[in-house]
Amino acid sequence: MFDIDKWQEIFATISKNKLRTFLTGFSVAWGIFMLILLLGSGKGMENSVHIQFDKRAKNAIFLYPGQTSKAYKGNKTGRQIQYTNEDLDYIKESTKGIEFSSGRYYISNNAIVAYKKEFAAMDLRAVHPEFIKIEKVDMTSGRFFNTFDLQQFNKVAVISKKAKESLFKNGEALGNYITVSGVPFQVIGVYIPDNERERDAKTLYMPISTAQRVFSGFNILHNISVTTGNATEEQSKAIHERLKNIMAKRHHYDPSDTQAMFSYSALEEYIQLLSLFAGIRLFIWIIGFGTIIAGIVGVSNIMVVVVRERTKEIGIRKAIGATPWSIISMILQESIFITSLAGYIGMVLGIGILEIVAKNVRTQFFVNPEADLSVAISATVLLILAGAVAGFIPARKAAAIKPIEALRDE
Amino acid sequence: MIRLNNLHKSYGIGSTSLHVLKGIDLHIGNGELVSIMGASGSGKSTLLNIVGILDTYDEGEFILDGKVIKHMNETQAALLRNQYIGFVFQSFNLISFKNAVENVALPLYYKKVSRKKRNIMALEYLDMMGLKDWANHLPSELSGGQKQRLAIARALISKPKIILADEPTGALDSTTSKEVMEIFKEINKTGITVIIVTHENEVAMSTNRIIRLRDGLIEHDNLTPEMLKQHHNVLLTTQSN
Repeated sequence: MFDIDKWQEIFATISKNKLRTFLTGFSVAWGIFMLILLLGSGKGMENSVHIQFDKRAKNAIFLYPGQTSKAYKGNKTGRQIQYTNEDLDYIKESTKGIEFSSGRYYISNNAIVAYKKEFAAMDLRAVHPEFIKIEKVDMTSGRFFNTFDLQQFNKVAVISKKAKESLFKNGEALGNYITVSGVPFQVIGVYIPDNERERDAKTLYMPISTAQRVFSGFNILHNISVTTGNATEEQSKAIHERLKNIMAKRHHYDPSDTQAMFSYSALEEYIQLLSLFAGIRLFIWIIGFGTIIAGIVGVSNIMVVVVRERTKEIGIRKAIGATPWSIISMILQESIFITSLAGYIGMVLGIGILEIVAKNVRTQFFVNPEADLSVAISATVLLILAGAVAGFIPARKAAAIKPIEALRDE
Repeated sequence: MIRLNNLHKSYGIGSTSLHVLKGIDLHIGNGELVSIMGASGSGKSTLLNIVGILDTYDEGEFILDGKVIKHMNETQAALLRNQYIGFVFQSFNLISFKNAVENVALPLYYKKVSRKKRNIMALEYLDMMGLKDWANHLPSELSGGQKQRLAIARALISKPKIILADEPTGALDSTTSKEVMEIFKEINKTGITVIIVTHENEVAMSTNRIIRLRDGLIEHDNLTPEMLKQHHNVLLTTQSN
């Protein structure tokens, strides 16, 4: 039952022993504060990785042609491999488990794009419609081109919001024609580029079929990307291997020739990074746990000293009628109150600092640090319990001392 | 009120044992004003601590108000102390971080008296001791005499039947000692039994019954002031020779 009188007695003692109270509370507050900062920092790093991976499908596999470094079946080394539309068609037809696919044809960087008297230099990227399922393109207005545009070789373009503002100022872009290296294209969509990558804002997307026809690209693809749907890591690895073998076979190079093709699986990389972050999380927990232990040891030490320091006071209280349990409960309640308040302060400060950092610091490697509130509360409760135990042991010992011995204490 | 039968107490010091009380037989009735004298190590403080249930005894019997005080746990002892006994110590034993009124009110906290009521009562007792104006002062801001009066107020507030004072004037000058002894006499007049351990003849002589301990035994009970004076003179002569 809540005993206001007891609490008044406890507050009176606490308020008159500020330094002692501060020292007890500080180790708890510091422990929780550091744990939250550590957890938040770890989360901030992890978030940045997730954001990087969210920009593209996590199950994507990318294939880039290279130059052979091994002679193979009569072909000499140093042969440049070139992918074509047929490679992509073959992959789609022959490989089970492929969900989306797209080729890419890089026309030119810094191509001149104009609308009336406004000009801008843009990087031209010709892709398949399914590209939008592989790499994130956030449309703000209009649409991305579709299979119909691809089949009809439509001269349509998707530009960034920044490019729209540069070329059209406050005017409407959709439906209007821009010239791309002198060739008119109709703007059918506007996308929001990634904030961190300025290059993205310069990218103009167009159907690959149109680009190959208009810019003399024949049937060349500069890279091929596919996604593997709900494939597991193992299945994704198998598809990756199969794709490597298909391309080696189709282009007549040694499958073990690592220079003939560059490829990577986002899923494999993602899983590797996840395991790395699991390691980092474990590391942070070890440090955090160490901080908590240091906090517990700190509280225990201070409580031992506090009780030792109060031995005579305990003797006086016992001489005037305090029962051992009233002494123990007084010290325990004091200890729990101080650790709870300090834990709460440490938690609020930690979360507050993380909030400030989250609002003001955003880099490629550190985004939105946040602490799991349930973890923070659990750690605080753990410290409070530890504080209670830390207080209970010496308090019980002190309460068991004969009053006359306690009174003799100086 | 207090009856001690063949009371023994020993302290273990390392591997040896110090037999402090060697069979005390004593009866102190209600409303007596008693002083216990004796040289250092005679066992007078030990006797007082046992009577105050601050310490235990080894053999014999201690009966307080008809209750045998034996094999008592700390909680039972605390409750009896709160009910029967008020302590006054040589070193005052005030809680340093509590002001005068809080120190005086503290025994009532353990008697579950409400904060408001105990503060009113504490102020009454401080007034009785002439310390009302010092109610909000810390012990460190008071003189020795004021501290002892404060300690007496604290001892009285729980309306004990017995006041046990261990060298209450030991840290005071002679004028203040006389004032304090006057207070004890006044307290005794209200029917409270007062037992004072002292080595000062003046203090002892202002009580109604003087008991002298020697080597853990009662050497004299009901020592008259004249006997005490005679004994004192003998001591002085021995010392001057």
